[in-house]
Amino acid sequence: MSKGFPETRTDAAMSELVPEPRPKPAVPMKPVSINSNLLGYIGIDTIIEQMRKKTMKTGFDFNIMVVGQSGLGKSTLVNTLFKSQVSRKASSWNREEKIPKTVEIKAIGHVIEEGGVKMKLTVIDTPGFGDQINNENCWEPIEKYINEQYEKFLKEEVNIARKKRIPDTRVHCCLYFISPTGHSLRPLDLEFMKHLSKVVNIIPVIAKADTMTLEEKSEFKQRVRKELEVNGIEFYPQKEFDEDLEDKTENDKIRQESMPFAVVGSDKEYQVNGKRVLGRKTPWGIIEVENLNHCEFALLRDFVIRTHLQDLKEVTHNIHYETYRAKRLNDNGGLPPGEGLLGSVLPPVPATPCPTAE
Amino acid sequence: MSKQQPTQFINPETPGYVGFANLPNQVHRKSVKKGFEFTLMVVGESGLGKSTLINSLFLTDLYPERIIPGAAEKIERTVQIEASTVEIEERGVKLRLTVVDTPGYGDAINCRDCFKTIISYIDEQFERYLHDESGLNRRHIIDNRVHCCFYFLSPFGHGLKPLDVAFMKAIHNKVNIVPVIAKADTLTLKERERLKKRILDEIEEHNIKIYHLPDAESDEDEDFKEQTRLLKASIPFSVVGSNQLIEAKGKKVRGRLYPWGVVEVENPEHNDFLKLRTMLITHMQDLQEVTQDLHYENFRSERLKRGGRKVESEDMNKDQILLEKEAELRRMQEMIARMQAQMQMQMQGGDGDSGALGHHV
Repeated sequence: MSKGFPETRTDAAMSELVPEPRPKPAVPMKPVSINSNLLGYIGIDTIIEQMRKKTMKTGFDFNIMVVGQSGLGKSTLVNTLFKSQVSRKASSWNREEKIPKTVEIKAIGHVIEEGGVKMKLTVIDTPGFGDQINNENCWEPIEKYINEQYEKFLKEEVNIARKKRIPDTRVHCCLYFISPTGHSLRPLDLEFMKHLSKVVNIIPVIAKADTMTLEEKSEFKQRVRKELEVNGIEFYPQKEFDEDLEDKTENDKIRQESMPFAVVGSDKEYQVNGKRVLGRKTPWGIIEVENLNHCEFALLRDFVIRTHLQDLKEVTHNIHYETYRAKRLNDNGGLPPGEGLLGSVLPPVPATPCPTAE
Repeated sequence: MSKQQPTQFINPETPGYVGFANLPNQVHRKSVKKGFEFTLMVVGESGLGKSTLINSLFLTDLYPERIIPGAAEKIERTVQIEASTVEIEERGVKLRLTVVDTPGYGDAINCRDCFKTIISYIDEQFERYLHDESGLNRRHIIDNRVHCCFYFLSPFGHGLKPLDVAFMKAIHNKVNIVPVIAKADTLTLKERERLKKRILDEIEEHNIKIYHLPDAESDEDEDFKEQTRLLKASIPFSVVGSNQLIEAKGKKVRGRLYPWGVVEVENPEHNDFLKLRTMLITHMQDLQEVTQDLHYENFRSERLKRGGRKVESEDMNKDQILLEKEAELRRMQEMIARMQAQMQMQMQGGDGDSGALGHHV
């Protein structure tokens, strides 16, 4: 006899009125009948487990781009986000680099593993953006790079013999670093975001937020939010892509209160209250990067990595990439690129309309 | 000099005391009565805390009704010059301080023409002074020349930006440049040292002439020498500005309140604000002198060389002169050739046409 534990039924007789405890079903329990242990619970919910295992085995790609003037802490922030030295600055400890004369695009890939899940992370840096005296059209090399990745993917997709898993180099997320002036956005910020919010997911971030006191921070954020709205800039998460009410309420809260995230990055650890924390040490105190009272780094990290990582990829694939693809097909006369020219050579971007075979 | 002079002019301890050692005091009294004039220009991108720093330096509010434009408005705006004057009095000494602000600098996407407005303002002030100095009534010349320019460097960069280099090179022969690192509370001490060194290296690399504090004279006291040494070692100054009073360690200080601590404006361990203020105050006279003796004289000699002609550039002038000289040379050569030909004809002809030699070319 057990001592108050639920009795395990070792006898064969199974009562028809009291069914055995079974795993919690995804569908509501159907009324029990004879031979009922096969009905009522199908097992559809195990697909989640199957997907999880699959993802763990194959791993996934994530491409993040950082854009902003030099010195705003972009590389340090990316290193802090992924808790590893993944940025361009990490590969050469050369802080004496000169500002390049034109905007360069530098992509560095790393494989990070956590809990059995492998992520192939690519950080795309854009040194030289906004640093010259004349910054007109300095976003063009960036736009070109993003479209080139879409083009690459399109070519693979359109192939007759397709690869099993097309390597995804498309930019899933673009962190745009706003200088913490405390006044407003700069004209360059507006121009960049206007042009690029239509081709990639932009997440505006206020850099080096330890420059501002709490009131200055909240005033600045409000002003930036208002300016973005007035100028019709849709940053991620875009309102039009909210799928259901749950998404909408969650994203609304983020859009209207938290964004743009005011962050501080650091790769140095200090002792605070007996714990080792990432932070910056100044004569008047230690700024803790992961302390929500000090800055919103933890919010950004949770947002990008822990809750919206998959959604970023999906929006890139289903919306931005599809927009690009539709435009390309339209330019090609409704045919997939490659057809109309013996199927082997793709016309240059933007394509001239090809004669359709009637 | 004779002993019949009233006794107050004779120092009984040193016979032969004339009394002109009293002169500096007389100058001092006159200057104090007249008051001082000083024009300070502040240049830097928006949002670097220039206005806050000026208000903190002079414990005043120079910009009471300030409206900060949004980014969309900034796209259309060009660089403006805004001068505000304030009279400050302290212990009977009057200072008429003019602060020249340059909103719009560095805001535009294309900043190529950013500094034209500023340079023409500086030249205009020199021009006006030159005109007044050369005029008939020289009693009340108002000195609006820019005596000092605080150039604000962003603490976020890794050194000088291309715009910083271009601007400083354009004005270093016209005005005393004092580079200032703004919003210094963004940086840790190590980052600050690194940035300062980087900036100094780049200034040297590009041959930019910033204002150098004169060394202390050998007859000054040790404290002053030490102070000057400290000031010189801290250039460029990294400052924090604020006029808000915060409670810290039991007393009220001017500072900025963060969740992780309080930055005190007047604490030399936190930033160089006090050093900047000391430098400005103790070297106000020197800044004016260098402006007068170096920058203004440069401007004046250039201007007078050009004379009254409205010529665009010196080079064009030289080319023109060269062309003219060449043309003249050719003319003379032609004239000589003609005269030679005539002489030959004469010798050949025998009976010369007297008119041939008489006519002018």
